[in-house]
Amino acid sequence: MIHSLFLINHTGDIFLEKHWKSVIGRSVCDYFFEAREKAVEPENVPPVLQTPHHYLISIYRGKLFFLSVIQTEVPPLFVIEFLHRVADTIQDYFGECSEGVIKDNVVTVYELLEEMLDNGFPLATESNVLKEMIRPPTILRSVVNTLTGASNVGDTLPTGQLSNVPWRRVGVKYTNNEAYFDVIEEIDAILDKSGTTVFAEIQGVIEACVRLTGMPDLTLSFMNPRLLDDVSFHPCVRFKRWESERVLSFIPPDGNFTLMNYHVSSQNLVAIPVYVKQSISFFETGPCGRLDITIGPKQTMGKTVEGLMVTIHMPKAVLSANLTATQGTYTYDLATKVLVWDIGKLNPQKLPNLKGSLTTQAGTPKPEDNPSLNIDLKIQQLAISGLKVSRLDMYGEKYKPFKGVKYLTKAGKFQVRT
Amino acid sequence: MTTMQKLLQLPVNAVNIVKTVQSQVQGQEEDKSPVLTPDSGQHSWYSALQPDELRHLRSGGSGGGGGGGSGDHEERAPQEEGGGGGSFQTQPLRHDDLKEMLDSNKDSLKLEAMKRIVAMIARGKNASDLFPAVVKNVACKNIEVKKLVYVYLVRYAEEQQDLALLSISTFQRGLKDPNQLIRASALRVLSSIRVTIIVPIMMLAIKEAASDMSPYVRKTAAHAIPKLYSLDPEQKDQLIEVIEKLLADKTTLVAGSVVMAFEEVCPERIDLIHKNYRKLCNLLIDVEEWGQVVIINMLTRYARTQFLNPNMNESLLEEGSGGDRTFYGSDEDEDEDEEEKEKKAETPAMAKRKPYVMDPDHRLLLRNTKPLLQSRNAAVVMAVAQLYFHLAPKAEVGVIAKALVRLLRSHSEVQYVVLQNVATMTIKRRGMFEPYLKSFYIRSTDPTQIKVLKLEVLTNLANETNISTILREFQTYIKSMDKDFVAATIQAIGRCATNIGEVRDTCLNGLVQLLSNRDELVVAESVVVIKKLLQMQPEKHSDIIKHMAKLTDNIQVPMARASILWLIGEYCEHVPKIAPDVLRKMAKSFTNEEDIVKLQIINLAAKLYLTNSKQTKLLTQYVLNLAKYDQNYDIRDRARFIRQLIVPTEKSGALSKYAKKLFLALKPAPVLESPFKDRDHFQLGSLSHLLNAKAGGYQELPDWPEAAPDPSVRNVEVKDSVFTLLERVTTLTSVPEWTKCSSREKRKEKKVEKPFYSDSEGESGPTESADSESDSASGSESGSGSEESASRSESEESEDGSESEEEEEEEEEEKEKKKKKKELKKPVQESESEQSSEEEERKHQRKTKQRKSDSESESDEDEESESESSQSESEESESEAEVKKKKKAAESKPPSKPVKKESKKEKKEMSLLDLDDFEPAPSPQVTPVNTFLSNSLVTDLEGLSLSDTVLSPATIAPSSALKNYELLHRITGEGLSVEYCFSRQPFSPDANMVAVQMQFTNNATADTKNLHIEDVKLQSGMRVKEFSEIELLPAGETATAVMGIDFCDSTQAANFQLCTHTRKFFVSIQPPVGELMRPVFLTENEFKKEQEKLLHNLGQLMGMNEITEKLTLDMKCRNEHTIVQRVTTAANLSRVPCGSDKECRFAGRTVSSSSLVLVTVATKEEGAAQLTVNCEKMVIGTMLVKDILLALTQ
Repeated sequence: MIHSLFLINHTGDIFLEKHWKSVIGRSVCDYFFEAREKAVEPENVPPVLQTPHHYLISIYRGKLFFLSVIQTEVPPLFVIEFLHRVADTIQDYFGECSEGVIKDNVVTVYELLEEMLDNGFPLATESNVLKEMIRPPTILRSVVNTLTGASNVGDTLPTGQLSNVPWRRVGVKYTNNEAYFDVIEEIDAILDKSGTTVFAEIQGVIEACVRLTGMPDLTLSFMNPRLLDDVSFHPCVRFKRWESERVLSFIPPDGNFTLMNYHVSSQNLVAIPVYVKQSISFFETGPCGRLDITIGPKQTMGKTVEGLMVTIHMPKAVLSANLTATQGTYTYDLATKVLVWDIGKLNPQKLPNLKGSLTTQAGTPKPEDNPSLNIDLKIQQLAISGLKVSRLDMYGEKYKPFKGVKYLTKAGKFQVRT
Repeated sequence: MTTMQKLLQLPVNAVNIVKTVQSQVQGQEEDKSPVLTPDSGQHSWYSALQPDELRHLRSGGSGGGGGGGSGDHEERAPQEEGGGGGSFQTQPLRHDDLKEMLDSNKDSLKLEAMKRIVAMIARGKNASDLFPAVVKNVACKNIEVKKLVYVYLVRYAEEQQDLALLSISTFQRGLKDPNQLIRASALRVLSSIRVTIIVPIMMLAIKEAASDMSPYVRKTAAHAIPKLYSLDPEQKDQLIEVIEKLLADKTTLVAGSVVMAFEEVCPERIDLIHKNYRKLCNLLIDVEEWGQVVIINMLTRYARTQFLNPNMNESLLEEGSGGDRTFYGSDEDEDEDEEEKEKKAETPAMAKRKPYVMDPDHRLLLRNTKPLLQSRNAAVVMAVAQLYFHLAPKAEVGVIAKALVRLLRSHSEVQYVVLQNVATMTIKRRGMFEPYLKSFYIRSTDPTQIKVLKLEVLTNLANETNISTILREFQTYIKSMDKDFVAATIQAIGRCATNIGEVRDTCLNGLVQLLSNRDELVVAESVVVIKKLLQMQPEKHSDIIKHMAKLTDNIQVPMARASILWLIGEYCEHVPKIAPDVLRKMAKSFTNEEDIVKLQIINLAAKLYLTNSKQTKLLTQYVLNLAKYDQNYDIRDRARFIRQLIVPTEKSGALSKYAKKLFLALKPAPVLESPFKDRDHFQLGSLSHLLNAKAGGYQELPDWPEAAPDPSVRNVEVKDSVFTLLERVTTLTSVPEWTKCSSREKRKEKKVEKPFYSDSEGESGPTESADSESDSASGSESGSGSEESASRSESEESEDGSESEEEEEEEEEEKEKKKKKKELKKPVQESESEQSSEEEERKHQRKTKQRKSDSESESDEDEESESESSQSESEESESEAEVKKKKKAAESKPPSKPVKKESKKEKKEMSLLDLDDFEPAPSPQVTPVNTFLSNSLVTDLEGLSLSDTVLSPATIAPSSALKNYELLHRITGEGLSVEYCFSRQPFSPDANMVAVQMQFTNNATADTKNLHIEDVKLQSGMRVKEFSEIELLPAGETATAVMGIDFCDSTQAANFQLCTHTRKFFVSIQPPVGELMRPVFLTENEFKKEQEKLLHNLGQLMGMNEITEKLTLDMKCRNEHTIVQRVTTAANLSRVPCGSDKECRFAGRTVSSSSLVLVTVATKEEGAAQLTVNCEKMVIGTMLVKDILLALTQ
């Protein structure tokens, strides 16, 4: 299946390679570099490329390309999903997935890759199993290792692979037993010029952080499970229970994990928390344009909107912006032509406004199209769909855990067309 | 090459620069010396690189002129590198310090060195010259060093094959480790070393691991299969055998890996799946996600060959199921929908009058894959989606849309692939995605390739009702900054316009407006699209053509210009005044035009000449003259051709008469097609589909079988289902004692592996039962399938019960059984009558369920055999069932295939028996073997004989009670049961054969005649000497016969058919390794001599001929006597007299090749012992060790 993996940074250096079958020369990447050049933006590189003898499947994560070489038919999603899993694992181990981190931990990364695939077929991708085999580095451990010469390879043999709940280690112990669940909802929306909703939906995710001793069996139930339209689960969730009773029953993995993703049915009207009044115009004569944006609260369910931010990808012709913001700060990146207005908390009494003029390159025709605004926001303690967790029960263990649920609403792909 | 690369990386003058700073460098390096400061992991990256690069520079420098500081290194190098040292200039990387570190006896140093080396490998640097130094550490105790050495080994073994062989023995030892994880990792590395010489060793290791007790090791074996196959495709046949064996494995751990191996090695052997199909379906949900993808893809292909197209009678089906309601199934009634669908699914299965009946197995697959749409793994979701797309009835395909739309939230790469597939799906089944139209709306932040794909989907989804929204959406896209995307949008509009007549004019007007767009690309693209649209109805749009004619002044894009010219030429009669003027302008600029434009100018000229020669004659001639001297030969050719055709001359041929017809014929309007049309002949989700080209190794998705599916395959399935019924009845009557115990024992072991999902829901009971119940594999699997469809009735409850609480279970099951007994009659009757009376079915729902997939009964029987709580009960049922059995027998010849299956199963059971209970069970029947010497007596006698007097082997031979194996069970054999044992006596007709004594018992009421053997299937080299035909075996009688088999010193099974006058049974005999030898008598001195010889003279690789294993003896077997007894039971060896009572020695020779087999058991205090087996046949040795170990420790 997966023959080789090359990690390539944004400048086109191959800084790590791993082969699971026989070695494939680096020159195979030339085809990729060619495509990379053609694509201009790294995001636009086609994920699947065909070369005379190989197929290249790549993902772009954290300014890095994970490029895998394939020789025979394999479902492309299989490879893509796996590559993302590699990136996730690296992130999980070292806190971020970047060139620097990988270079610093090259041996560990290499060992991880060795364990994750066998002859190109995924072997151990559960982070819990991997962590048993190769311990993630901590500051304390690296100090100890330096002093004692000990290693970060687990000296006990991993048993997780053999277990029927491969996602959970055996013999977990905590002094404080706690289980936290974050219900995070993202609003994906497209608003048109006049402010009407072209398209809006809510995507939710329940992130869990469970530190419980032993083998607890949890059951999470909702007040209004009917809201959930389409769901996908962590493998630990018993699907049949969900089908019949609409409760989440599972033996949780240890630590942080994503319990479920859900989609709120499009039948429910989606509350749009803010409205945007905007006018961006360029004049036919003279190298200038005008911009005026005001944001106000719409349906916020009585909560305050925080972390408000507006990002605008300006047309290439815009040279500079001379604006004044009544609240927050703005920056305009000349190279990427991105205007970012960081507003912060939305004050309903005094609506934030950004106003001023834009200078366009002289001699070029006025930009014909107006850039769309991408909006970012956060509302604490609110799940915009109205989803509520009703209770969490634990079976199988005697102690009383501390339980907590937090709600958060964010803007996902929230776009205002102009 | 790699060294060359390195040399190239090095700028020439860098060498000189470095020379000057060398002393400095040296100093720095000393500071960094790992001996002084063992570096942390973080540091290792840099330290691995720096000295490396510097040394490289230095040696380059010293090669040139000899730097003072590096002299030391230079001197040492040749010694260390041996032959390679002489050419140190081409091998500038010597890594002396690394070698030193690797040679040291401190683990921390070794680890540091290995880390640096691995860092080098990761960077793609060549570290192959370190091979000898690294490979030495393969047996290092430190686990991390070991791991890193493995990493290194796998990377470089291919390049240094000879040296790699040094490490093999370590792995071979690892293969025998009692810890399953060590066994697995040894196998993993061994199989990853791509050295052709070790293929036989790999093969052996894989075979052995395939029957390992640990599922994890078996999984590793499955992984190793494709590796070996890619190394040596010649091994295919043997590997297929292993795959076949592993496919029958019942653990979820193995399933994914073995199917992967199947797909890589023998995807064409779809017949191997038949038996395992249901099991795979049922295990699917518990298999790890990557395995799920592979299994689902394989099953899709399988189902395409085995089942009928469910959409064959679309109209009829739709009538029955009330249209496509499920397509748009909203969330509120989702639950209902589910039920409804289930019902629907059952309806066709039940109602026989319907023209299409879905095979229950087909249904099983669809049902069991559906929950996986909820997987977090996009690849799994996609796999299920493609399965539904290719296999499900039209009305059910809709369920996948939601899941696919969900994936659109994922990473852009995932989106890319999903959208490609959605695009293909939308062409075939537009309705499915219509409700999700808005999910495909495009955001300005999407990458271009995603935008284009979304556009494609939107275009495919467009119909009369939604076109206005889609067009409005398109309007915003046209303003986008991404010009490629805008161009794609214009094309999309064009396609919408061609497909939907109502909006054609609107679209056209919109496009015409775009003609005044400032962006030339947009205009050009519009022109091209307009041209295509106009071709459909040119009469109405002469004004547009006029408008476009004006554009020729401005538009520079060649394709657009060419399109305009073509349009004007084609429809010149609609614009009679403008056309000549355009030609005039074009003639003027002819020389500066692009080639495609020039060609169109010629075309235009020709057409005008034909319609309006008065005005354009001169112009045309001018253009043709210009073209005549053009640089492009296409243009010259065209000009010449047209001149001949249109300008009338004396010589002009017949064609010129038709010039008008040729040029001004009505051209059919182009069809704007989606590039995704017909892509669905590739399996969706595959790489080939994505590329729209066959990728290497792609397995075609077969077409549905014609009208009726391949009859023979169907037959198997029908027979199967009929037969499982029979099997159920018969197994019920008499569950052999050994089956009960072993399944019990197994059950206890398997508890640990209980599938996770089963605890909450009875529904996954099937997995459990499949695990535990091995004697009726297909039976219990189909059983489980039907259980799921059935409402959760008692059978499930009890199944849950039987898993956990044993007390409760007893009571419940009593009740259960009574119920079941009643039911029992039904299915048989029904199957006999073959007719379904629907009213009755409705009355007795439970029964229908049973009948439908012929199985619940299997699970009943499971319980029966598992619990065996009340003997009386089962006896009662026995008699009952026996009556039925007779009925069956009275019927015409039962199918033969299933019999084969069962006998195979029994064989499996047997091998299990070998391992599990080694207590020599006294056989109830009197065997004619001379057991006149009791075991103990013989061993006593042996112990006494200190002299060299040879006890004749013949008398020692039957040194223990012989174990009887079952060849044919009386149920499978329809009354004929056959047992066999290895009599351990020399087979007189041929000394190289193993004597197999068979005992035939006729339990039937009728006589059996003409018992003989046919159709012997053997591995190459093996031979069989058949027994003489038994003419008559009267009812109730027993007969014995002896046959000889030359197993060629392997444990390969001998397969043959046992024939009676009416029937043939497929049977096979697989010998335990201990039976492949005959005892020889040696004295102690001879023994030692032979052992020496084996160790030193014959072994090319040291230690190959000796296998030593430490063990702890069982409490009961700490005395010499029992040891001797157990060893001789396990293997046909004779004891070597020995002075010491701490050591027991045994000797024998293999039957076929007379290789010596020497076994030593040395006992120490507290039951500790050491077992040594010397044998030049490695296979035999290894297996013997295993068997004797088992015998001694249990």
